[in-house]
Amino acid sequence: MGIVTPGFQGRPRAEAPDLPPGQYLTPDFPVLSAGPTPRVPRDQWEFVISSETGTEYRWSWDEMMALPQETPTVDIHCVTRWSKLGTTWRGVSLDTLLDGVDTAADYALAHSYGGYTTNLPLEDLRDGQAWLVHTYDGDDLPAEHGGPARLLVPHLYFWKSAKWVRGIHLTVEDTPGFWETAGYHDYGDPWREQRYQGD
Amino acid sequence: MSWRAARLVAHRTETPTARTLVLEVPGWPAHLPGQHVDIRLTAPDGYQAARSYSLAAPADGDRIEVSVQRVSDGEVSPFLVDAYREGDPVEVRGPIGGWFVWRPQQTEPVLLVAGGSGVVPLMAMIRGRRAAGSRAPFRLIYSVRTPEDAFYTDELRRRVRDDAGLDVAYVYTRQAPEGWRGEPHRLGLADVNTHGWPPELEPLVYVCGPTAFVETVSDLLVGLGHPARRVRTERFGPTG
Amino acid sequence: MTALPYVDGNMLDGPLGEVFAVDLSSATARCANCGTPGPVAGLRVYSHAPGLVGRCPTCVEVMLRLVRAPDRAWLDLRGATFLQFPMPPDRPR
Repeated sequence: MGIVTPGFQGRPRAEAPDLPPGQYLTPDFPVLSAGPTPRVPRDQWEFVISSETGTEYRWSWDEMMALPQETPTVDIHCVTRWSKLGTTWRGVSLDTLLDGVDTAADYALAHSYGGYTTNLPLEDLRDGQAWLVHTYDGDDLPAEHGGPARLLVPHLYFWKSAKWVRGIHLTVEDTPGFWETAGYHDYGDPWREQRYQGD
Repeated sequence: MSWRAARLVAHRTETPTARTLVLEVPGWPAHLPGQHVDIRLTAPDGYQAARSYSLAAPADGDRIEVSVQRVSDGEVSPFLVDAYREGDPVEVRGPIGGWFVWRPQQTEPVLLVAGGSGVVPLMAMIRGRRAAGSRAPFRLIYSVRTPEDAFYTDELRRRVRDDAGLDVAYVYTRQAPEGWRGEPHRLGLADVNTHGWPPELEPLVYVCGPTAFVETVSDLLVGLGHPARRVRTERFGPTG
Repeated sequence: MTALPYVDGNMLDGPLGEVFAVDLSSATARCANCGTPGPVAGLRVYSHAPGLVGRCPTCVEVMLRLVRAPDRAWLDLRGATFLQFPMPPDRPR
């Protein structure tokens, strides 16, 4: 610990019993970005799931919006230590998108407009744990928060919830993504504080 | 490079939203005009926040100066501008940066272009020029929203009078002072043409300000024929 | 004027100064994607992120990533084909 500066508190933060270790609450919604914000018009947007055998399953914006929609309210936890409780989104469950996808893969690599990637076990995208969301707090998801659509996988650190998501490759082997190749954890469970490789 | 203990020994108000901090850092190595430091604050519960600030003055023993602009929703700058008291400690790491620097041995003409609080490292160069007795011709173009937002106003007026070979031109983007000729406007080609150096003189150009300002100005300068390698930039993002 | 979310490579000196003994901001790096060489100080650095991401100012591809854990650091330079440092002249002994 460094030298304490009297009077300095830092941004408002509170330890709450429902927060994972090392996290603090924020009332804001910080914008994190590793590159320029992609601007993807909805009429050019598409979402593609590709299986380990190369079969592709595609949805245009209108096709995706015609699928059954859900309105999850979830807590989100960023590895940079902020957490935000009770955020409300709207979108399509990954169960709906994966229904009918023929695969024996164990892993998923989400990839985004702009080049971002992140890896997760496929089972973490199933059973009501993950969504493709296009609405935040009742409004269209702004581009800086990943619009037109992002992944939402709230039980893992938020870098797994890829912004500007464009598709998911299903893979037999785990393929580390953008942050996972630079030291971050392949799974990223906030409750076990899996921030970095080896944690 | 490690963190050093420092404490506030003096401060000056620059504008209603900015203040210069004079810090004493025992064992501070010398630095060059244009370099910056990281300042780290620690709360009683161990929470830490660090930010980069440009040094505002040339090397002066164990004393360094930074000028901090308050960012309204910031975490660190409101504390440093409004609440940080003389005698209290912080931690400092630096000096940092070997590119955006002016060395007193340099003799070529220098153009400094500042947007808002981006004037701070450029002021260190102007003060460093004076301290070294340099005769390198300097021009500063300083873009600010209103006269009230300008840093170092009295000192710059004095230096233009006393330091031979220094010119300062202001561009006001929101509101100009009484009696000012021209309208408030964003810095443009005409300002750079009128108050800068032509590329034929092979000046070294230093541009510092918010990222979008630096983009605009460096595009203008390269468009005028200044080689990109002679245009050194320092952008600062929206951290507070 | 909108705030753009990146700053200059100058800011890498502090974080990289923990790792290297040389001053990286005066080094030159060549982009592995577009081949343009330029000062590390001129990279576009995205710092509001889980790590620091340095991008080529010409093609905006990633050239450098630095992740700092409390007890470890990762530096990924696969987007740069070389780093060239100014060195003091080698004198005969």
